[in-house]
Amino acid sequence: MKIVIVDESPVRAAILEDGLREAGFTNVERIGEMRSLLARIYAIDPDVILIDLANPSRDILEQMFQVSRAVRRPVAMFVDQSDTASIQASVDAGVSAYIVDGLKKERIKSILDLCISRFHAFSHLQDELARAKSEIEERKTIDRAKGLLMKAKNLSEEDAYRLMRSTAMREKKKIFEIAQAIITASELFK
Amino acid sequence: MTAERETLRIGFIPLADAASLFVAVDKGFAAEEGLDVELVQEVSWSNVRDKLNIGMFDAAHLLAPIAVASSLGVGHVKTPIVAPYNLAMNGNAITVSPSLHEAMAAHLEGDALDPLATARALARVVADRKAKQAEPLTFGMTFPFSGHNYQLRYWMAAGGVDPDEDVRLVVLPPPYMVGSLAQGHVDGFCVGAPWNSVAVDLGVGHILHFSVELFSRCAEKSLAMRERFALEHPNVVAALLRALHRAARFVAEADPNEVAALLARPDRVGVDAEVILRTLQGRLKVTPNGGTRENARYLLLGQEGAERPDPTQAAWLYAQMARWGQAPFSPVLLDAAKAVFRADLFDAALPGSAAPPPPSGDAISAFSGPVFDDRDIAAYLSAFPIRRK
Repeated sequence: MKIVIVDESPVRAAILEDGLREAGFTNVERIGEMRSLLARIYAIDPDVILIDLANPSRDILEQMFQVSRAVRRPVAMFVDQSDTASIQASVDAGVSAYIVDGLKKERIKSILDLCISRFHAFSHLQDELARAKSEIEERKTIDRAKGLLMKAKNLSEEDAYRLMRSTAMREKKKIFEIAQAIITASELFK
Repeated sequence: MTAERETLRIGFIPLADAASLFVAVDKGFAAEEGLDVELVQEVSWSNVRDKLNIGMFDAAHLLAPIAVASSLGVGHVKTPIVAPYNLAMNGNAITVSPSLHEAMAAHLEGDALDPLATARALARVVADRKAKQAEPLTFGMTFPFSGHNYQLRYWMAAGGVDPDEDVRLVVLPPPYMVGSLAQGHVDGFCVGAPWNSVAVDLGVGHILHFSVELFSRCAEKSLAMRERFALEHPNVVAALLRALHRAARFVAEADPNEVAALLARPDRVGVDAEVILRTLQGRLKVTPNGGTRENARYLLLGQEGAERPDPTQAAWLYAQMARWGQAPFSPVLLDAAKAVFRADLFDAALPGSAAPPPPSGDAISAFSGPVFDDRDIAAYLSAFPIRRK
């Protein structure tokens, strides 16, 4: 079975491709370039097409439902009509599947389920990355404020931190917010 | 003002013809009706349709033909959808590349403003290319179930060009239209505002016709919702329709600069206010050297009763699906299509408030072809020499 992944994010596509390979689907190709998308798809002639919902080119694939000269191999259905739970889960995860007619329902289901879980895994990864990034940013801000305090009040590093922490507790704020205030104030006093 | 449910998620595609929806929310009209509306921007019509169908959106700014197609189960999963409010009529244009424009001008017999004359010129260009064994021309449109697709097909078929045999029609997301025209991937397209103007401004396209020059009245975008939602929340639907009606009046009566600035916001249409202003006023630059054309009916929002859903319009859209082989023709499907445009819900919410439609012409008033009569669509369809059988 030939599977095409249409995704501009190489990382997510790689995660998905890995999952498909582990499940025994080895014939997987990724299209990351949206120009002449249909021509590429016709050249590959896949049985299943997976596309992320953030991609405006999804509308291009809708054309494959049509019977016309431009469309060589019409696509059957997104997923089984009655299976609204699968549709809901896949839209929720941010992925859509196009399946060429004649494939067994169970096989489609297994691919779709895999897709959904990999897409969720990717967004968790994104969230974690964003969190790690903001933690690093916060630590940097606190360090900078600490340095400013040490210099202005001639404090040791430990005392500077303690002063920020006690102020934060008194004002019911986060240390990070106090640090931001110190930096802003010091810019004003420049 | 008792609403069964106060919060609504409404999906949209960033286009000028969603103006009433944006104004209803951003001017606080919806809030004054007791509605807390969250507008959610989408990137594709497929996404809007799917999220509406499965209930992730309560309502949506939707291509009118998709509302009909979803209800009939044509092209996708069948979901009963209703359209109790028409957000826009008309508003599209056909644009071609400078080289196709030149080729058509060389073959033009008659007035360049006459769609039948330009369609015949296109047919001669197509025949020429065939004789030289050149690649067929390619035209872009936004979605298989769209006014753009039907308007483009109707126009070229009137001149003798079979849209499925003689040229290639491809779907392109509107933001990619201009780039594709510039790079020669397409030779022309039919799209809504502001993309025709953008192509002209960049010198890569000539506007041939406004869609209003092909059809006097053509339902373009609906406010669509699941039939079940409308059934279960009649007061919410009525409140939303009142807010939209007030917004449409605001667009018609307020300072156009204020409206354009509101629509230009990055989280709404997100293009230059000047381009939006030209769209709202139907004043478009049509050639790169600066020629302009004006038509006050270029885009109809609240004018001429455009807000009130007209079942005849739904019938016409269904007739196009039948003409081009997207749907079989049957009286049962015709009735189902007409039932999507719910004038009764509009009238219940806004009794007697729609502006009257113009007195002359049939509901569609096409530039050529038979008069549209939704009581005899079989005869209407058989009057077209080019159609899928």
